[in-house]
Amino acid sequence: MKLQLEKRPQPSRRWIYLSPLLAVVITMLVGGALFAALGKNPVEAIATIFWEPLFGEFAFYYRPQLLVKGAPLILIAIGLSLGFRAGIWNIGAEGQYIIGALSGAGVALAFYPLDAWFVFPLMALAGALGGWAWGMIPAVLKLRFGTNEILVSLMLVYVAEQLLAAMALGPMKNPDGMGFPGSRNLQDYPAAHNADLITGSGLHWGVVAALVAVIAAYILLGRHMLGYQIRLSGEAPRAARFAGVKPGLLTLFCLGTSGALAGLAGMFEVSGPAGQVSIDFNVGYGFTAIIVAFLGRLHPVGIALAGLLMALTYIGGEIAQGNLGLPAAAIQMFQGMLLFFLLAVDVLTNYRLRLLRRPEAA
Amino acid sequence: MTLKTILTGAVMALGLTAAGAQAQDDTTKVGFIYVGPIGDGGWTYEHDQGRLAVEEHFGDQVETVYQESVPEGADAQRAITQMALNGADLIFTTSFGFMDPTLAVAKKFPNVKFEHATGYKTAPNVSTYSARFYEGRAIQGHIAGKMTKSNIVGYIASYPIPEVIRGINAAFIHARKVNPDVEFKIIWAYTWFDPAKEADAATALIEQGADVILQHTDSTAPQAAAEKAGDVVTFGQASDMAEYKPFPRVSSIIDDWKPYYIARTQAVIDGTWTSQQVWDGIGPGMVGIGEITEAVPADVRDEALALKEAIASGEYHPFTGPLKKQDGSDWLADGETADDGTLLGMDFYVEGLNAEIPQ
Repeated sequence: MKLQLEKRPQPSRRWIYLSPLLAVVITMLVGGALFAALGKNPVEAIATIFWEPLFGEFAFYYRPQLLVKGAPLILIAIGLSLGFRAGIWNIGAEGQYIIGALSGAGVALAFYPLDAWFVFPLMALAGALGGWAWGMIPAVLKLRFGTNEILVSLMLVYVAEQLLAAMALGPMKNPDGMGFPGSRNLQDYPAAHNADLITGSGLHWGVVAALVAVIAAYILLGRHMLGYQIRLSGEAPRAARFAGVKPGLLTLFCLGTSGALAGLAGMFEVSGPAGQVSIDFNVGYGFTAIIVAFLGRLHPVGIALAGLLMALTYIGGEIAQGNLGLPAAAIQMFQGMLLFFLLAVDVLTNYRLRLLRRPEAA
Repeated sequence: MTLKTILTGAVMALGLTAAGAQAQDDTTKVGFIYVGPIGDGGWTYEHDQGRLAVEEHFGDQVETVYQESVPEGADAQRAITQMALNGADLIFTTSFGFMDPTLAVAKKFPNVKFEHATGYKTAPNVSTYSARFYEGRAIQGHIAGKMTKSNIVGYIASYPIPEVIRGINAAFIHARKVNPDVEFKIIWAYTWFDPAKEADAATALIEQGADVILQHTDSTAPQAAAEKAGDVVTFGQASDMAEYKPFPRVSSIIDDWKPYYIARTQAVIDGTWTSQQVWDGIGPGMVGIGEITEAVPADVRDEALALKEAIASGEYHPFTGPLKKQDGSDWLADGETADDGTLLGMDFYVEGLNAEIPQ
């Protein structure tokens, strides 16, 4: 007997939905084996990661934290998914996230300590614009000079990181901070603070924005002409051109939108959970969002679920570290496995696994 | 309350003084938040040694927990909250970037005691503690000034915060004292721990002619780079980094948190903990100088040890005038010593340093 992969005439609809679930299950099994090899009880470790944050003793604190951690991932991933569907690869969401945060915080610090209702909306606008502008750089370079947007957007992440450090050490440094780097804490500036809408719920404006983005993307892709063009460009570029899709405009739209959403996410983070512009402000949401986008099958609802799942592994992973003494690196491996197995299992979407009997006399 | 705690409480109330009423639980839980992995061989490693010392000292009386590689920012706040929720009585947050998160969590848990390393904000239940690493830097600078042949000393700096700038100044002043021709080349790595970046920085400095490298980052990557180069002197940072003895590592600054962690845990057990700001140096033993190896000539070693004694006894302060700032303005008059306030907020170089603090 031997196994053979047989190409399906059409991608299997069933496996499109089943493969993420199977990937999660395999991750649990292999992850469990990894934890066992580290001398921990694998069942307890897995249960801690997936159960504790939702239903454990301190779930009242962790459930809101899922929203706090998941919202930026979802917001960024929704933007990325539009481009990914059309075959436009924005890998630099991390940079757009930073610039959005800097723009938003810049507005807040410029108005400090003015207590006016318009400060926060202006910050949101600036955040979106900042991210949009940073996303426009690879878009315009691609259109004008044919550069590769993957490389340009990725390189701009490092530029943005340098800019962040320069801002935290220079113009945005807290004048009352005794020379230490980092801006004023926006949590102490009510007009600019992206606080919980209901105290302790974790529900800040970024969560609302993520929800709106999910719904908007759902409508755009399912009901709108532009959404149809995006899908067509990714699936059949030649046909798209005949159907009158302008690839240049689509590039501008996709990179601009994903940049703006990443910028918004950065702005909500800097004015809320993080509170200040600091050298280490960015913690990789822009890159993790790429995993979230694919884990969610580039589908808005899938992305929302994938974002929450990713947040769960983060928070559950931290609890497992604290309670069971699992090393941080083991948790990171566990998260990496999730994408790894998803990509592996994806084979089943396009291929059928067949069991061939060996011919009798060969 | 479990039956056991009620009984313990009853026994204490009956048999002992009223102090027993303070004890809610029979074990004291002490938590540690680390910025790097415990295996970094430097900063976090030494904090973890302190944690292990607490465990050993108190035995069953104390339980310790830790979380490593915690990013500075929003994630830190969750990690600290989680520890407090899980019943920690005392939490050490061991990096500068944990300052605001520590204060935020402390507000929500008034009964939990917090100790934040290297920061400047306190609260009724938040203390700060730090070590006068600059005392060790003075000794390093002395050795570096004597050992360099190219007269170029490389310095891998982390972030331009007062602690790091203080270290550069202290090392430079004492290198210049013994070698008027010495120059410092400084590279800012913008990280506390990143072996790849640190190795790059070390290699770049060596290529620019540095034959002594000082580091304010926590990994042993610069030591490895120096070993490869062959004739470059290094110093262990935060931890002894003894595996690179006797050369390239010729000495080290060791952070010794053990006595402090034991004392503060004891204070929580006794109910005598109060908020304070501690800044200890070589004298009280918070800063240790690792063995000066035979790679250093005997006379230089003796001078370095004499300097260490003078600093430890308080007879000599590493920032003693006459000293000028880099821009040529007067800072300290002859015989005057720097006050702690200026040192804690230090944002300027001393005269002679040919570099700029990144802005």
